[in-house]
Amino acid sequence: MLAAFYGVVAAWTVDVDGARIAEGAARAADFFGGWLRPDFMTRWADIREGLVESVAMTVVATAAGFLLSVPFGLGASKNLAPGPIYAACRGALAVFRAFHEILVAILFVAMFGFGGFAGVMTLGVATVGFLGKLLAEAVEEIDPGPLDALTAAGATWACRIMYGVLPQVMPRILGLTLYRLDINFRESAIIGLVGAGGIGATLITAFARYEFESVSAILILIISMLFGAELLSSRLRRRLL
Amino acid sequence: MVDHARAAEREWARHTPAQRRGRAVGMLLAALVLAWAWRRVAATTNWAFVLDAGVQLQDMGLRMFPPDSPYLVQLTRPVIDTLHIATLGTVLGVLMAIPLAFLAAGTTTPSRRVLRPAALLVLVTSRSVNSIIWALILVVLIGPGLLAGIMAIALRSVGFVGKLVYEAIEEAPELPVTALHTTGAGRAHALAFGLIPHVQPVMAGVSVYRWEINIREATILGIVGAGGLGMALQSSIDALAWSRVSVILGVILATVVVAEWVSARVRSRLA
Repeated sequence: MLAAFYGVVAAWTVDVDGARIAEGAARAADFFGGWLRPDFMTRWADIREGLVESVAMTVVATAAGFLLSVPFGLGASKNLAPGPIYAACRGALAVFRAFHEILVAILFVAMFGFGGFAGVMTLGVATVGFLGKLLAEAVEEIDPGPLDALTAAGATWACRIMYGVLPQVMPRILGLTLYRLDINFRESAIIGLVGAGGIGATLITAFARYEFESVSAILILIISMLFGAELLSSRLRRRLL
Repeated sequence: MVDHARAAEREWARHTPAQRRGRAVGMLLAALVLAWAWRRVAATTNWAFVLDAGVQLQDMGLRMFPPDSPYLVQLTRPVIDTLHIATLGTVLGVLMAIPLAFLAAGTTTPSRRVLRPAALLVLVTSRSVNSIIWALILVVLIGPGLLAGIMAIALRSVGFVGKLVYEAIEEAPELPVTALHTTGAGRAHALAFGLIPHVQPVMAGVSVYRWEINIREATILGIVGAGGLGMALQSSIDALAWSRVSVILGVILATVVVAEWVSARVRSRLA
């Protein structure tokens, strides 16, 4: 009852403009026409540049994010880190995940200038937030046996982490890193909209120029690359686990 | 006699030599790819801009503070719009996702050859295109505003909800359905009383979870003209009104945190 009421009230505020939609119908024909005739050739040089930059951004950001997520993740594990470090790392990870990538990208483009570097920073921060949190959760659930044994044998802190903690969590984290690689490529297609490089920059330019044939070609390429990535990563994951 | 001295000298290794070689080659390949990617990014980077990032950040910080707090009043409407976009978009998305999920699940699909692959393709396409790209497309089609935002959220949610629900359908036990069939129940009855009770909690949980994600996404869709807080953000950035930008970012953060809290409460009730 309440839900229906909300639906009516909310729908009331939407302000559907019939004339505008009718006007859009012609554009829709144009648009879907372009959609059905994807044009890979006219802008091929730009599209290739964008895709290559997206892949490069994705790889660097995922690798850097993975490396940084290890100290943050260990620091955010209740069973390893002392109180203040735990709180600081948890807080940092929460901040990294709080804002949507687009908002972070706007900030970083203002800081580092247009282009791939701002994109790498954006994706890197998001990756640390994602992997760090999941790593911390995995570490908190480990079997304490090996860790106790190492402590009892007088192992140093580094040794305990190296042989008591990481072997238990790494397979899972590597699998998640591959998953994040996939996410980062997806995201690299949109942070370009605000100037952070990659295929998104090419896409928004094609949109702005009403070259829907190129838009369609870019989207087809993104989707098929994601398909390929999914096949590849599921295969890699099976071998890792 | 076993030669204990010899055995003690032998070094223990976790991997066989062949495995070690494979791992070394893998590592080397990964390092090469990484080196190439880094060079590619570094080549197109203007390092002068990167080096003065600290100055830029400080400058931006100074412009953002103090926040233009009276502007908060003007944000009431965008916040409400954002909530509407997320909620109506989720409802619409779930309504489209449920029939698709039944078509896509191997156990319930009426045709394995045609309808199942078609439904799977729709779900994958929906998931592969980010909601902001859906919004970009829809703004061209139906003009800027709330409707484009709602449709964008709905189209993106279909794939997410549909995928998780059809997996739940496939994992549901078959026994209750078979049992109902043996008592003479028709197909519809068997599904309604044998399958739906198993799938319903998943549907509810996934929908609430997607709603939470959608709130987050709805705050930024306005950047491409699809209504809500993002629209206010974009116009403030375009006007270089950084003291307003900080207010909007604060409101976005608050909205997301509240949505996360609501979603966590609802989901713990459902579970």
